[in-house]
Amino acid sequence: MSNLISIFIGLALINNFVVARFLGLCPFFGVSKKLENALMMGIAVTIVMVLASIVTWFLLYGILKPYDIEYMNNTLYILVIAALVQIVEMWIKRTNVPVYNAFGIYLPLITTNCAVLGITFINATEAYDLIESVVAASGGGVGFTLVLAMMSGIRERIELADVPRCFRGMPVAFLVAMILGLLFFGFKGMV
Amino acid sequence: MSAGPGPAHEHVSDAGGKCAGCGVGARKEGSDICHTCFTDAQAREVASRGRAKGDGLVGALKKGITATNPVFILFLGLCPTLAVSTSIDNAVGMSAAVMSVLIGSNIIIASVRKWVPDIVRIPIFIVIIATFVTIIDLSMQAFVPPLSRALGIYVPLITVNCIILGRAEAYASKNSVKGSLYDAIGIGFGFLAAILLVSTIRQTLGTGMIEVFGARIAEVPGLVDYPMAIFILPMGAFLVISLLLATFRYLGVMKCE
Repeated sequence: MSNLISIFIGLALINNFVVARFLGLCPFFGVSKKLENALMMGIAVTIVMVLASIVTWFLLYGILKPYDIEYMNNTLYILVIAALVQIVEMWIKRTNVPVYNAFGIYLPLITTNCAVLGITFINATEAYDLIESVVAASGGGVGFTLVLAMMSGIRERIELADVPRCFRGMPVAFLVAMILGLLFFGFKGMV
Repeated sequence: MSAGPGPAHEHVSDAGGKCAGCGVGARKEGSDICHTCFTDAQAREVASRGRAKGDGLVGALKKGITATNPVFILFLGLCPTLAVSTSIDNAVGMSAAVMSVLIGSNIIIASVRKWVPDIVRIPIFIVIIATFVTIIDLSMQAFVPPLSRALGIYVPLITVNCIILGRAEAYASKNSVKGSLYDAIGIGFGFLAAILLVSTIRQTLGTGMIEVFGARIAEVPGLVDYPMAIFILPMGAFLVISLLLATFRYLGVMKCE
């Protein structure tokens, strides 16, 4: 149990996906202008990350390892993620139209989100078992959502601030990301 | 065939809500031409800009490093730029890997572009890219194991690097093999220039010395004994990119917002 907690906190806070591992930076800078959108994107990424971890775990230990074709992992994982995103999109479209209207535009973007492909490789290199993989994926997703939500809150305030001309837009967003990185660096040594 | 303006566009004055370009389409908001004419004009302008600078390799290189620099102008491929720019060795290794994948995938995608149905083009592009990434990943593991270990998961993650899919979608799927090759080389060198700049600053300030592949080139007196370690840490990458962008804007290389 303590092992699972340390994996969760490790991926959510200490080695945060965005500010420490630089995974999923595109949505971090792209979708973080409004709090609501940031939360939606975070939840969608978390769901896909957990599902992708489960499916790729079964593929890795059920097909790739027994047949000794682990070099195919990259191609297989990206196809699995693309298919999974498509299935989740269709399923939400069928069952819940308001949710689809809220999530719809973010789902296709997730296919090429490095956070999702990243968690499958992290699971494989750390040799996590199925439960550990799921915990790691949800930890990573929670950390991603947390940072995205914090960033969007800060950016809403920056819109009102008098930022020097040359720093407006992306440079100040990078500076905020740096301060968030410093903040999360404070969690080092927790586990 | 001459590169004329496509269908015969005649100017229709006082066309009311109709487009001034073709007289058929509805006007675009805040403009006097319709959406189709607008995108046509944009495409022509972009094409002529490319021609003015020269279509050859030199033109592609110039464009890749300055006007369409993937990192500083397009904000593509930020993950590897930030993650592996801790040392010059890693930066060079990463850009070599990215460039190889980019050249390979651009050539293949440009050669099969006529047989790829529009609806399934993205999955096909991704599989082609993933294949090249696997080739590069295995080659690096075999020939340069220390570099492969240092780059870690960022090598397989080249698959989802926006630079490569972006160029496949924006250039290679519409242009000739030769042009796509030049485009790949230009963008590849643009990426190399950007990541080299970031990594040189980070390594110099973070360790106090410039060391390339085990050979120490220069030392900064004072910094060697007390390096500013924050530049080697993840947040140093954000800081360096932010200050570089602001500097480029201040110097007028890029426009302020």
